[in-house]
Amino acid sequence: MDGHAGMDAQEAMDAKGKASDAEILTGAEIVLRALADQGVDTIFGYPGGAVLPIYDAIYAQQRVRHILVRHEQGAGHMAEGYARSTGRCGVALATSGPGATNMVTPIADALMDSIPMVVITGQVPTHLIGSDAFQEADTVGITRACSKHNYLVKDVKDLARIIHEAFYVAMSGRPGPVVIDIPKNVQFAKGPYVGPATIEHRTYHPRTEPAERRIEEAVALMAKAERPVIYSGGGVINSGPAASEALRALAAATGFPVTSTLMGLGAFPASDPQWLGMLGMHGSYEANNAMHDCDVMVCVGARFDDRVTGRLDAFSPGSKKIHIDIDPSSINKNVRVDVPVVADCGKALGAMLKGWKKSARKTPDLAPWWGQIDQWRARKSFAYPRSATIIKPQYAIERLYALTRDRDVYVTTEVGQHQMWAAQFFHFDQPNRWMTSGGLGTMGYGLPAAIGVQAAHPGALVIDIAGDASVQMTMQEMSCAVQHELPVKIFILNNEWMGMVRQWQQLLHGERYSHSYSDSLPDFVKLAEAYGGHGIRCENPADLDGAILEMIDSPKPVLFDCRVEKAENCFPMIPSGAAHNEMILGKIMGDEISDAGKMLV
Amino acid sequence: MTRTPRARAAARSGVRDDPASAYDMTPSAEGVEQRTLACIVDNEPGVLARVVGLFSARGYNIESLTVAEIDRNAHQSRITIVTSGTNHVLEQIEQHLLRLVPVARVIDVTQSGGIERELALVKVAGTGDKRVEALRISEIFRARVIDTTNESFIFEITGASEKIDQFIELMRPLGLVEVSRTGVLSIQRGKERVG
Repeated sequence: MDGHAGMDAQEAMDAKGKASDAEILTGAEIVLRALADQGVDTIFGYPGGAVLPIYDAIYAQQRVRHILVRHEQGAGHMAEGYARSTGRCGVALATSGPGATNMVTPIADALMDSIPMVVITGQVPTHLIGSDAFQEADTVGITRACSKHNYLVKDVKDLARIIHEAFYVAMSGRPGPVVIDIPKNVQFAKGPYVGPATIEHRTYHPRTEPAERRIEEAVALMAKAERPVIYSGGGVINSGPAASEALRALAAATGFPVTSTLMGLGAFPASDPQWLGMLGMHGSYEANNAMHDCDVMVCVGARFDDRVTGRLDAFSPGSKKIHIDIDPSSINKNVRVDVPVVADCGKALGAMLKGWKKSARKTPDLAPWWGQIDQWRARKSFAYPRSATIIKPQYAIERLYALTRDRDVYVTTEVGQHQMWAAQFFHFDQPNRWMTSGGLGTMGYGLPAAIGVQAAHPGALVIDIAGDASVQMTMQEMSCAVQHELPVKIFILNNEWMGMVRQWQQLLHGERYSHSYSDSLPDFVKLAEAYGGHGIRCENPADLDGAILEMIDSPKPVLFDCRVEKAENCFPMIPSGAAHNEMILGKIMGDEISDAGKMLV
Repeated sequence: MTRTPRARAAARSGVRDDPASAYDMTPSAEGVEQRTLACIVDNEPGVLARVVGLFSARGYNIESLTVAEIDRNAHQSRITIVTSGTNHVLEQIEQHLLRLVPVARVIDVTQSGGIERELALVKVAGTGDKRVEALRISEIFRARVIDTTNESFIFEITGASEKIDQFIELMRPLGLVEVSRTGVLSIQRGKERVG
């Protein structure tokens, strides 16, 4: 008995000794303190029963601003937009059960596009877990497959460490979303706070420095290239502005042409003569043909996605491939490569540039290759028939770009035809200016993402290039934009169709337009006014410039209903199951897609 | 060696005439082989679900799986997985395992010449000659009798999976009732800690 009591006393003394070093806070206070210490200035969330203690802690402090959304999915996409436009970690907050399940889409979206995000969810108290309590869902179970990592915090003593660790995991290596599920009793319980400085992860230490041998191999390959191409991706943007600088420097030093994925737009300036435009399913003729015919491909921070490669067994058949990726599992996943470089893009590009400058080898003349590229360029694959009476969607984006290019502008998109036209006709010279859902293809991403961008850049012009169908998926966030005075501009290319679905039905399903017409569309102008925003409608090409300027000048969130050509298709296009050099340039004949291709998405 | 229906299907898919795409890129030239991987993981809640979920999400096979804590102080567990696939798939499995945050290391036991052992409990019921024969074979296989009645034995046998398969096949005509197996355990040869 005595011995036992003695041990208790000893333990109590130990606990007291440790406690005296650390501040004792409630779990909810620890959450807010940890966020502030991580440099978080804005979070996006929605309250509910299981996060009330955290909301109480938000009420009691000034360091972290909370943006109240209208649906948890909005909070997730706002955090993504915030992260993508700043290079920092986005943070979203939701309650248990439906709050957490509503957050699943943005979590999966962030995983596919490698967006650093920390999602905090409330959970029922630990003693009720597993009892099918009110608003209980197995959040760590549900999000395990769609997050980079997740935690269920069962003891307040672990809370501060886990939050700091979550930021480390979200931001390190290939970035991604991390979920922290916090039961309500843990939010109330008191425990020690530890700062971020002391946290080191036990097992997760991704490699960022390239192997010297691989860089030498890469440079040797590049130095012999007669038909080289650089294929850059979102990884260059994730790596930070230095990686974009290194990409530009390497392109300048080598004279190589540069193309990029949808996610990588802006890392290399679109105004540069070495820029080939985006590649892939709706990429430029010159970019896709250069990829197909090249002899050396330098893939940096991209992952040979099926939208990029087209038919794999006909993908760039004659090239040696260098693949720089921070995630070793991306290498040789879809396409076998000759020189794998596991590293941070910026560091690898820097090392390659150094190696290139050091090698005194005489490199082949690239003039014949550029001559070939110029011939492809002369096809003007993005050209479209002009109209004086109807606004062509491509024209709308061209004008939007022309009238905003000298401003501090950020662009988000939804998913579909408008997204592809935006990628083709809006040009970016800087990274972190283009936010789009590439991997998951989430309709409804753009409006909340724009709000997240605007929250991070209050003075900037933030435009969501939207479609009439996508924008209705998260339209409720207009209310959020109005409340928080975040004057995002929602530029809707309204063709009254789910345009990409309609295009595929035309191409693949004998023009049987099953459920792709947007019947009973709302009056977007009245809708904007109902929300307290500003609505604009434009139907005539002659009025378009004035209407766009009116949108830019409005101090309010704007819904711009741009009535465009209804049956316009998005070209050029590599049909499913086809190769890069089998692009459809203008008109659909009906026999473009093989039966095998029809099976693909 | 037995293969799961899925592994057999994967092996068959080597012959196909439709164009290869990202969705059906099982390379035709390569054969499917079996491999044993050992993962040293942080023993935290959900780590097994993460490993298993990775296999199901990406369509990989698990032929056997064994897991237990190996270092209580360091909170580390060893998960030994027997899987099958082409070389390309097996390399992907290894890389995807390493991508999981709590996975500290992955050891390719097959390729690094590690030792693999499995334990099985085998219940055999019978009388007369069959009973005598079962006991005689168990001695050849160095199986131990750990429970006996007048009409049954329970044997405990350890060894490579193939040896256990063979033992079970021999017991089948002698009154095999049921089998319980641990799945494969593995360790590296030599004095070093490998991985």
